[in-house]
Amino acid sequence: MTAVPTRPVVVTGLGLVSCAGEGVEAHLAAYRSAQAPRTDATTFAPYPVHPVAPLSLDGQISKKSDQRQMEPWQRLGVYAAGLALDAAGAKADAALKSAMHLVVAAGGGERDYAVDGQILTGLRQAADPGAYLNERLQNDLRPTLFLAQLSNLLAGNIAIVHGVTGASRTFMGEESSGVDALRIAQARIAAGQLDIVLVGGSYNAERADVLLIHEMGGHLSKPEYRPVFERAAAPGFILGSGAAFLVLEAADHAAARGARALARLDAVASDRTKRRDGSVTDSLTDLWGRAGLARPDAVISAATGCAGITGEERDALTALAPQAPVRALGDLTGHTLEAAAPFGAALAAALVAAGEAREVAVTAVGHRRGEGVLRLTTAGDSR
Amino acid sequence: MSRDHDAMGRSLVAVTGLGVVTSLGRGVADNWAALTAGRSGIHAITRFPTEGLRTRIAGTVDFIAADPMVAPMLSERFAEAAADEAVAQAGISGDFPGALFMAVPPVEIEWPQRQALAEAAAPNGDVTYADLLRAAGSRRFDDWHDLFIFGTVADRIADRFGTKGSPISLSTACSSGATAIQLGVEAIRRGEVEAALCIGTDGSVNPESLIRFSLLSALSTQNDPPEAASKPFAKNRDGFVMGEGAAALVLESVASARARGARILGYVLGCGEKGDGFHRTRSSPDGAPIIAAIRAAIDDAGLHPDQIDTVNAHGTGTPENDKMEAMGCLAVLGERMRSVPISSNKSMIGHTLTAAGAVEAAFSLLTIAHGRVPPTLNYAVPDPAIPLDVVTAARDVPVRTVLSNSFGFGGQNTCLIFGAEPVR
Repeated sequence: MTAVPTRPVVVTGLGLVSCAGEGVEAHLAAYRSAQAPRTDATTFAPYPVHPVAPLSLDGQISKKSDQRQMEPWQRLGVYAAGLALDAAGAKADAALKSAMHLVVAAGGGERDYAVDGQILTGLRQAADPGAYLNERLQNDLRPTLFLAQLSNLLAGNIAIVHGVTGASRTFMGEESSGVDALRIAQARIAAGQLDIVLVGGSYNAERADVLLIHEMGGHLSKPEYRPVFERAAAPGFILGSGAAFLVLEAADHAAARGARALARLDAVASDRTKRRDGSVTDSLTDLWGRAGLARPDAVISAATGCAGITGEERDALTALAPQAPVRALGDLTGHTLEAAAPFGAALAAALVAAGEAREVAVTAVGHRRGEGVLRLTTAGDSR
Repeated sequence: MSRDHDAMGRSLVAVTGLGVVTSLGRGVADNWAALTAGRSGIHAITRFPTEGLRTRIAGTVDFIAADPMVAPMLSERFAEAAADEAVAQAGISGDFPGALFMAVPPVEIEWPQRQALAEAAAPNGDVTYADLLRAAGSRRFDDWHDLFIFGTVADRIADRFGTKGSPISLSTACSSGATAIQLGVEAIRRGEVEAALCIGTDGSVNPESLIRFSLLSALSTQNDPPEAASKPFAKNRDGFVMGEGAAALVLESVASARARGARILGYVLGCGEKGDGFHRTRSSPDGAPIIAAIRAAIDDAGLHPDQIDTVNAHGTGTPENDKMEAMGCLAVLGERMRSVPISSNKSMIGHTLTAAGAVEAAFSLLTIAHGRVPPTLNYAVPDPAIPLDVVTAARDVPVRTVLSNSFGFGGQNTCLIFGAEPVR
């Protein structure tokens, strides 16, 4: 294989919104606190969700017309992306943003629940169900709803609202898409294929259609919040609404424009193993080594709470980092699927930037597939 | 640098396997024969009732079935068929020795499944999502979880072909197939992998998908005769026609291909991309992002615009796309563009959406291999605003390089350059 030179990749901006609040400080406070995350156990009972804190959208999405064209998952993502750009000192730099690339981890947008319900009701009596479905969809679907549903239109809206127009790629595939968005963004910078990239994901949990998809399969914990590693009696995840974005750039690029490096994203290792007893333990152990983790001061885990894999992860971490406290994102933000790994990376960078850790491990084990381990360190450190 | 590297010192990327499924047939041979004969795969939709729809035609793939007949399952079947062919042609047996990059359509529960949930819940009054959730809680529908989450199609393809590492499922809308190839090229150039299986697949012609595009006025409504509806670059073009299919490419570092004695079908010389923040569905009126993407691809290939022999157009047949694409090509290739043969495969297979960039990449490589540019059907009324050499009957010309364009909603512009020979 060709030896490709690598250069250090640093984090220069963070944008976070979740049930813990808005911004880095709110999330660090939640990290340090022993309190349960804000939970809504009634709106979608028996399924609890972690609702996003109220946001003043105008602060990041100035045009009402843009706000109207988006559904909540897009608004959350565009909002957090704006926070990250602000933090990186990039918001006002049009030239920098027009060269900035974008990698987004996302699923898809929400449906029109009222329309779906009316159509399903009508279909029960329809003499010609096919013709009825065609007629109702043609008349009842909002034409622009499609654009609020397409997976790549979070990236599209970030380009429109914030002017980040290098080029975008959207990765799908639940938890592992968040890990791989970070992995490929980091690798492209390290190899000199890119200088600066905005990477992240968003998730809206407060919607019946995603609860439906995860109730099929029995992956939702209910009826109330319990800590992720104490869910033996009600295994599964509690979905959280939120978004996490990071500005990643080459260390020399950041230095040249005078941007502060909050932390270094040293390594992102991911894999997909066939799930069987012990496979998550084995995979995490392997990835831990590949990420070059030495003696982390903290571990941030995106563990889902699902049976089997959550216990395996806990045991693996006990063996790999016996000295480090393990904090579950599910106890801070809820489970944000595609956005979980970006949340982990962002919180790790914030801990390093605050001087509370020198080396942080982030783990992300998907509820059905995919494992990831990240290593973040103090920006100035070399290996 | 060595013979295995380009002028920038990066690994040269060879294509050693191709596989294609479209409405024209299964496999490279059948597709190429139909494509160069100017046969259309567009026909009246029979998969579902089209009563009352403004558009009732599509290039559906009707000779491969899925059970249940839903977009992710159909997309998986198409991808599997295309990848089977590509991997066999590459002469790879056993596990695939590299990564999987896969363009897949966004996934959600479809109407037959919603109806089944509603029926199982049997509410007395109006159906709501609370009823669907109650039915899901019965555990009878648990198999549908994996069917309707985004990562499953690539996960199953990874299992079947034994690809390495975490498979990437991606979307850049209608340029997704090209982005899958670009990701593979980049991974090989980084030295991360020696080979990549790059796939674009789309089996999402169903009532709601069709109606969504129809509501955006993106589709041709000239249903009769179906084969005349897709009219790229023609003055009377009135929208695209949905198509289905998949293509798979085996990409390999030249060093790896040579080491195992694989036959090299062509090279991916360059990739270019540029975002557009002008509008959710429309291009910047000055065409700057399209121009930048084309230029970036040519630069990345280490070529000069004068060295592009033919253009495999995105050519959707929408008034907007074809005008902007022509403007972009003219801006970058200059006056010479007026006599560079350009053709749109979508005139025959429709717009295969997520798969289009990969399908058209495969056809671009076949264009090079055969020295034959396939025709653009239905170009009966030239558009004076598009002064291009649109190929209307298969044309035999030596082709050393092809520019393949892909543009999508959300400001996605991705261009690829394929070549007969490496550029060192």
